[in-house]
Amino acid sequence: MTFDWSAVGHFMPMFWKGVVVTLQALVLGSLIAFALGLVWALAQRSSLKAVRWPVMVITEFVRNTPLLVQLFFLFYVMPEWGITLSALATGVIGLGLHYSTYTAEVYRAGIDGVPAGQWEAAIALSLPRRRTWTAVILPQAIRRVAPALGNYVIAMLKDSPMLFAIGVLEMLGEARQFSSQTFQTVEPYTVVGVAFLLIAYPASLLLRALERRLVR
Amino acid sequence: MSADRNTPNTPPAENAAGGPDAPRPDEAAAEPTEGTELIRFEAVTKRFGAHTVLDALDMKVYTGKHVTLIGPSGSGKTTILRLMMTLLKPDEGTIKLGDRYLTHEEKGGRLVPASDRYSREVRKNIGMVFQQFNLFPNMKVLRNITEAPVHVLGLDKDAAEERARELLELVGLTAHLDKYPTQLSGGQQQRVAIARALAMRPQVLLLDEVTSALDPELVAGVLDVLRDIAHTTDITMLCVTHEMNFARDISDCVMMFDAGRVIEFGPPEQIFTEPAHERTREFLSAVL
Repeated sequence: MTFDWSAVGHFMPMFWKGVVVTLQALVLGSLIAFALGLVWALAQRSSLKAVRWPVMVITEFVRNTPLLVQLFFLFYVMPEWGITLSALATGVIGLGLHYSTYTAEVYRAGIDGVPAGQWEAAIALSLPRRRTWTAVILPQAIRRVAPALGNYVIAMLKDSPMLFAIGVLEMLGEARQFSSQTFQTVEPYTVVGVAFLLIAYPASLLLRALERRLVR
Repeated sequence: MSADRNTPNTPPAENAAGGPDAPRPDEAAAEPTEGTELIRFEAVTKRFGAHTVLDALDMKVYTGKHVTLIGPSGSGKTTILRLMMTLLKPDEGTIKLGDRYLTHEEKGGRLVPASDRYSREVRKNIGMVFQQFNLFPNMKVLRNITEAPVHVLGLDKDAAEERARELLELVGLTAHLDKYPTQLSGGQQQRVAIARALAMRPQVLLLDEVTSALDPELVAGVLDVLRDIAHTTDITMLCVTHEMNFARDISDCVMMFDAGRVIEFGPPEQIFTEPAHERTREFLSAVL
């Protein structure tokens, strides 16, 4: 087996398309995971059982079933309900929904970690409930857990090739397509592997630096 | 600090002290004297599990008075402040601030436990300084002080900041308004916390062992600020402290607690020099 550098060059146009799709899925998926996770975390602190219960069932269900199964489900079942989305949109929703159940736990830990004295000070100043959350509790909670949230972004990056299973041509999909057209396999897959490493490793270093700065 | 508190009706009566109402037979018989009643506890009982922290406590505090609660730890002093701040709810009894209930609201002629909204409204008149400062670490000093006046009282930002600057001057921290709390010493943080509580112009200031968490060399600065406030304003103070000299300086009335009851109260000269109760003598000889 030889490594053909010219094949690497030929793969590049498709590879860059794949990079763009992977990063799109990652950014949009992260936004959904961050926003929806916060919704779950706050709903689980609701005083109403009718809110807490369904949320607990949904998050436990999603967390305890495989992402791949969820992706297939969304892709093939949602059209039955009249919701037809592109493969990428479906993948983004699946990724975001799946990881929101993890970020919810992260937010929960962050909120629980805010000292009781902060709530008491907010009460002593008669701050309205909403203001207490937005100005006092959440800024402190999120600062505390920002590195943990970042870790889930890296995990999402590494799960993004699953989107290939529902036909999203992200990095792995492009490599697969390239190899089936040219019968050159080693080169495209190597490039994709190295690309994941080049994105994920610096990102994790960045997170570690962030962690040192924030968690003091 | 400008002396424009919203409690202008303080009588000048020098010896009028806040004190428990309806003394028990075994209590010192210092009659509470005249004044406008501001705080009234009526048969307040608070239990934590099987432990009764406050046992059918009656007490009242008159407007503008400085009342210090002393006693061994676990005797219920801090619980009183926390009940006043609505951080705790009494198991039995009622607490009134002026002519309004803190713990209950009147609905259709009946007293029902207060809703969150109602409590928030009444407790705007009460400020509290905590042992652990509890400043908001995500806000700079100035915003710690302006946050509530802007978002609770509806002051515009400039007015709130001007008021905050005046208060920072009062507590001697004008130079630090642009810092985060963690950049300040404990004593400085506590002085910011005092300014923050005063920014709401409360009728009542609750001080919960405000120097207990401080290094010894930082205590004096905080107490000086509080003495200044006690002597130059007519704010009503309810104070739990182990600093007996401070208590002697600022108090109109000292209440000795033991096991959830007031066992003795009176002006500081009386309590500190000739306590009537054996338990008070024991306590004072242990702490003085």
